[in-house]
Amino acid sequence: MPKEYRTISEVAGPLMLVRGVDNVAYNELGEIELTNGEKRRCRVLEVDGTNVLVQLFEASTGINLSDSKVRFLGHQMELGVSEDMLGRVFDGLGRPVDGGSSIIPEKRMDINGTPMNPAARSYPQEFIQTGVSAIDGLNTLVRGQKLPVFSASGLPHAELAAQIARQAKVKGTDDSFAVVFAAMGITFEESDYFVKSFRETGAIDRTVMFSNLANDPAIERIATPKMAMTAAEYLAFDKGMHVLVIMTDITNYADALREVSAARKEVPGRRGYPGYMYTDLASIYERAGRQNGKNGSITLIPILSMPEDDKTHPIPDLTGYITEGQIILSRDLHRRGITPPIDVLPSLSRLKDKGIGVGKTREDHSNTMNQLFSAYARGKECKELMIILGEAALTDVDRLYADFAVAFEEKYISQGNETDRSIEETLDIGWELLSMLPRSELRRISDEYLDRYYIEKQVE
Amino acid sequence: MMKTGTITKISGPLVVASDMKEANMFDVVRVSDKGLIGEIIEMHEDRASIQVYEETSGLKTGEKVFSTGEPLSVELGPGLIGSIFDGIQRPLVEIMKQCGNNLERGVDVPSLNREKLWVFEPCLEAGERVSGGDIIGTIQETGIISHKIMIPPDLSGIIKEISGGTCTVEDIVAIILDEKGVEHGVGVMQKWPVRKGRPYKRKLSPDMPLLTGQRVVDALFPIAKGGVAAIPGPFGSGKTVTQHQLAKWADADIVVYIGCGERGNEMTDVLNEFPELIDPHTGKSLMERTVLIANTSDMPVAAREASIYTGITIAEYFRDMGYNVALMADSTSRWAEALREMSGRLEEMPGEEGYPAYLGSRLAQFYERAGRVISLGKDSREGTLSVIGAVSPAGGDISEPVSQATLRIVKVFWGLDSSLAYKRHFPAINWLTSYSLYAGSLGKWFNENVNSEWTELRTQIMRLLSDEAELDEMVKLVGMDALSASDRLKMEAARSIREDFLHQLAFHEVDTYTSADKQYLMMKLVCSFYKEALEALEKGAEINGIVKLPVREAIGRFKYIPEAETADAFESVYAQLKEQLGVCVKGEDD
Repeated sequence: MPKEYRTISEVAGPLMLVRGVDNVAYNELGEIELTNGEKRRCRVLEVDGTNVLVQLFEASTGINLSDSKVRFLGHQMELGVSEDMLGRVFDGLGRPVDGGSSIIPEKRMDINGTPMNPAARSYPQEFIQTGVSAIDGLNTLVRGQKLPVFSASGLPHAELAAQIARQAKVKGTDDSFAVVFAAMGITFEESDYFVKSFRETGAIDRTVMFSNLANDPAIERIATPKMAMTAAEYLAFDKGMHVLVIMTDITNYADALREVSAARKEVPGRRGYPGYMYTDLASIYERAGRQNGKNGSITLIPILSMPEDDKTHPIPDLTGYITEGQIILSRDLHRRGITPPIDVLPSLSRLKDKGIGVGKTREDHSNTMNQLFSAYARGKECKELMIILGEAALTDVDRLYADFAVAFEEKYISQGNETDRSIEETLDIGWELLSMLPRSELRRISDEYLDRYYIEKQVE
Repeated sequence: MMKTGTITKISGPLVVASDMKEANMFDVVRVSDKGLIGEIIEMHEDRASIQVYEETSGLKTGEKVFSTGEPLSVELGPGLIGSIFDGIQRPLVEIMKQCGNNLERGVDVPSLNREKLWVFEPCLEAGERVSGGDIIGTIQETGIISHKIMIPPDLSGIIKEISGGTCTVEDIVAIILDEKGVEHGVGVMQKWPVRKGRPYKRKLSPDMPLLTGQRVVDALFPIAKGGVAAIPGPFGSGKTVTQHQLAKWADADIVVYIGCGERGNEMTDVLNEFPELIDPHTGKSLMERTVLIANTSDMPVAAREASIYTGITIAEYFRDMGYNVALMADSTSRWAEALREMSGRLEEMPGEEGYPAYLGSRLAQFYERAGRVISLGKDSREGTLSVIGAVSPAGGDISEPVSQATLRIVKVFWGLDSSLAYKRHFPAINWLTSYSLYAGSLGKWFNENVNSEWTELRTQIMRLLSDEAELDEMVKLVGMDALSASDRLKMEAARSIREDFLHQLAFHEVDTYTSADKQYLMMKLVCSFYKEALEALEKGAEINGIVKLPVREAIGRFKYIPEAETADAFESVYAQLKEQLGVCVKGEDD
């Protein structure tokens, strides 16, 4: 029986100071018992002599300095895992909230995980077909990658994430897959959209949901992404499944982190976020990947909303430095009715080069991808020029580029949320568009592929 | 003697222990029975603040701390090459064999393999007088690297015994009798504290380029052997790919690559790819000259701080053997952040953006360990250590403290530009903002060793590029048609420089590396186009005709021509250029 302490001496925000304790470990999980018998959880942030600073995982309402009791449980925050988790819904701290019985765990895992040995990683290179041209063709996703969606308020990131979850497949395999979905501080409606979408496709039976909604205490979501990654690690590396983890919204998580940091009076980094936010986010994101000798994989799609659509805000900025690329949604495209409004130029998938080409997608993929990028970039410049100077000021070739940019947005990017394109369809649409330009302009494509795929226009 | 203290405070990677009066600053300590490795970074009376290089979860007050009485050191000897170590030089592959795919705490694995046998060949005999830095023999470590066994810097005397043959890293291969008549065993392995630079006889100014095979680097912004360079850039601008390219193709004898707080998969990529790539200078696998240090972003933050020092100490060791060593650190910003985190935990007064006030001086100390030196030892070997540090400025804004502190020190600045990256112009090194202070002194080398026209062509190219930037402003206002024919030609020539010369594909088997000779030919082609076309223009040729010449495509494809065929191809393209421009001029006359 662990010792009980009635020595809480301070409660401020999400922090609590307990005095006169001994034998308490750093990062240990604690339990606070209120006078009415209700139990809340907390974690040790700092041990200084006999004083312990703890961080609450739940609201501090009702804690009484003289009556409430604290126990330290001798282990860190853990998640009981079993395959029965599939199809279930949990709260941000891993307790079932779907009315079902509690999980009988096969084992208990420390939610902080342990870092993966870089020598034990296996490089992600299996092409995932998401059915979205802007991703498959230009920012290819591979198994074990972490590819965030940079969105902003009012943009349809939920639709895109759900579409990816629904359509994602690896060609020629029928490996078992699972989805882990972590909601952090999002609205019921948004969360419900995902649930409905999973239900429609039957994926719900293979989904583990951790749900911390906007009206749940903010500090509860501090543990949520770690819970989700722990469940994913179990399913991927113990059970050999291919797990797709979707987290939304990282911005809310980072704000909760900032709240704790501010309460500890730490020296703030940019915009008040703690200096260790990079490390903290990395310790979540880096748990995705593949391992040597293990069948499963964790592919991670964190969604974050950029405050003021600002990509240099610390949350998207630090995320971008950790993840292997980013998919950026554009308000401008959204306004013009392009769905999904993926801004392909600043979007990037760092792992695409090893995931495409012969045997994976098609031999011309890499060449056409580079050509599409550069042609679209030039087309957009020409369009801007046209706005300032008028169409007459453009050279013939520039005018073709401008037309190309428009067609590219309408035919290639805009495909709606229901269309599921195969990679061949995506590549063919790409060739159709590139064929709007004279062959001599396509310098990034080798002659061999030009001969095979370029569609010559009828000479009038 | 082991000194023991007691933990009184734990806050993240910072542990405070009492009863530590006997310990020295920067001693390595073992924390608790788990044996976590830490380093003393502050002393207050008998309390020592310890930064712990491993996760501290589960530590309790009252647990013991053992001081080893030694500063944080690395093992230097055969077996370094081809290995991958963590930030405090623990061998990651060995750890994987012992503990599985995840990193456990308190693992005690020696840095260098103790069982592996090496063949030591002495080059000195008993009775000879030696002093610090003298080479007493060699071990063929890989196909290309002969590992020189050196007398430790502070030892001198007469060789009493020396024996060749097979040995392990722990074996003593020579016995030295010093002036006082004391015998010292010299093994093939040395230990050296990471925070102290290895000594050398004297430093020289760099005078040779580090050829990287990257055109924008070698031709426009070269780095010298023994020089320092920084690559700042926002995420997605290709910092890591550029660093990888340099690690692959730079003509250094040894490459030390430090992945400091970056992605795990990037290190895996290096591990998978390097053994299969062939070094164009030696014809052997690239792994046979590479040492990897990996402290990925999910690994403990304090070890990130140490990883930079571990890497540069290993690099200095090879420099002392007389090799040209290149060190890549990706990224120094993560190192600075680790410094910031520890500083915050120590409750120091913060400087800019929360970074400690000593950030600038620490960075300067690190970069100053680079250079071209004459090593200790009789033969006055010359070795170089070039350092290339990536910087990851928040939001790509280089006004932040780490970038600014770095720029004060480095001589070469390769500014990565996200707008170039969006256009998929790689390497996305901006030619207007980047600079190299070596360009002048190295120009001489290029003129003498590649072609006497080198600096002239470089100047022409730089001028065309800066003219283009000015003209571009004008085009945005008044349109292309308003430009004079010669200005339009200038724009076209600059475009050709950008697309046909500077743009270089890392993933194309030919384009990934360009020799200096081929670079010269390429520069010559793009500049000749401009020069000849300008003449044709003066003779009355039509600009629209010149722009559409088929030879321009041949110039564009020149980069894909394999090294062996470049000389012939150059002649043919050059002839085409002459001929087609001639036709252009004649066409007007008719």
